[in-house]
Amino acid sequence: MALPYLMPLSPASPEEILLPARPWFIVLTLVLALFANLLPLSGVALSLRPDFLALVLLYWCIQEPRFVGVGIAWCVGLVMDVGDGTVFGQHALAYAFLAYAAEYFRRRVLRFPPWQQAAQVAVLLLLCAALVLLIQFVGGANMPRWSYAVPPLVGALLWPLVSVVLQWPQRPPRSPAER
Amino acid sequence: MRHIQVEPPAFFHRGPSPLTRLAFFVLISLSMLFLDTRYRYLENIRHVVAVALYPLQRAAQVPSEAMAFVGGYFATQRALSEENAALKRQLVEQGAMAQGAVSTSNENARLKALLDMRPRYHGAATVVEVLYTGRDPFAQKVFVNKGADAGLSPGDAVIDAQGVVGQVTRVLPFMAEVTLVTDKDHAVPVKVERSGVRSVLFGAGAGRLPELRFLSPNADIQQGDILVTSGIDGTYPPGLAVARVASLERETGQMFARITTQPLAGVDRSEYLLVLGHASATPARPDEPADADAAKKTGKGRRRGG
Repeated sequence: MALPYLMPLSPASPEEILLPARPWFIVLTLVLALFANLLPLSGVALSLRPDFLALVLLYWCIQEPRFVGVGIAWCVGLVMDVGDGTVFGQHALAYAFLAYAAEYFRRRVLRFPPWQQAAQVAVLLLLCAALVLLIQFVGGANMPRWSYAVPPLVGALLWPLVSVVLQWPQRPPRSPAER
Repeated sequence: MRHIQVEPPAFFHRGPSPLTRLAFFVLISLSMLFLDTRYRYLENIRHVVAVALYPLQRAAQVPSEAMAFVGGYFATQRALSEENAALKRQLVEQGAMAQGAVSTSNENARLKALLDMRPRYHGAATVVEVLYTGRDPFAQKVFVNKGADAGLSPGDAVIDAQGVVGQVTRVLPFMAEVTLVTDKDHAVPVKVERSGVRSVLFGAGAGRLPELRFLSPNADIQQGDILVTSGIDGTYPPGLAVARVASLERETGQMFARITTQPLAGVDRSEYLLVLGHASATPARPDEPADADAAKKTGKGRRRGG
């Protein structure tokens, strides 16, 4: 059995039971995601940049719905609204919706292998972006270019990586028998 | 036949259901959206959150600043000396203009004194650095590193070395938000430098060039004309360069000419900007006389009657 040594590098299989996440770890990852969102980018990097905060929120809503739910997502969205200087409530509404959708789909999403999870995450992130677009339309914005759909897709591509990193502290220590 | 209601006992009670919570927060969000766009009631909350967020925002600048520092350390001697030469040349070129400007402005002051006009406002100017460009794809904004602490206020004009960049639209305790002239429906009152035709320049949103609306097809304007601020609104001081006319379509069937312009300032490039203190040169609006309403009504009545 050479595979178990590579285990931490691949996402947990649906059958694997994870330890409960520690609250401070959840808070830390949320702060780091906010930090990544606040990085000053421009040009191509800005047009590719996924919403890290939405990704991390989505992960915790799926894995730890008892800690992170609609309320936390909404509060985090408010902070993001201030950081981006957008209308108050725009990100909050989008994240609250995302958290609800995650809670609704979580049992199904977890049954799939990582790449199929990523496809479902792409749909959720695109819906979230569409909601923001709707809010902006009401405010009288122009139709954005097709590149508006790129960041959610990049985010979905990053999903397996995000899962591996975020579930790493929750992997149970391997028993000696397994080695 | 009746169905037996099967409800699992609430062993693990977790408060209201997700759907209830979602509905609650959606309602709050919608009312906040409404309050913020219509009345701007929520600025205080925004300030509090902004202060809490400030350390993290500054920390997020560190990686790019470090990269710029390392890049600057390894800048070649040749690049620096070339830049130095270019700057010296520019200084000499502008020196001639500046010397001319002193005598011109003296002359202007005398003439204005003769005409008993108010002197042109020379307010405080603050140099600011762009922290980051807005990440909202629907708005053209940049965030700068000074705010209420440096005495900025909403409505201040923002320029760079080439021309108008935009105006301060929101002042946070340590930062300010500058809306660029390319933002959708951002209006700058301008006039054509060559002919003096007045108009208003409207931004058209991301990736599109600002345009002049409501100019008749026979207006005296040509491709390549420079547009400068007219100073009529009291926000932008008069005479700042704004844009160059990029394309011009005069169709006889249309009411107005289609005129797109290219901003002169490095709207999306400049790192350092200058915030001009609010132009208080415009005299205060005179008070309406107490019986203004009555006078207006009778005036209207008279006109109608006559």
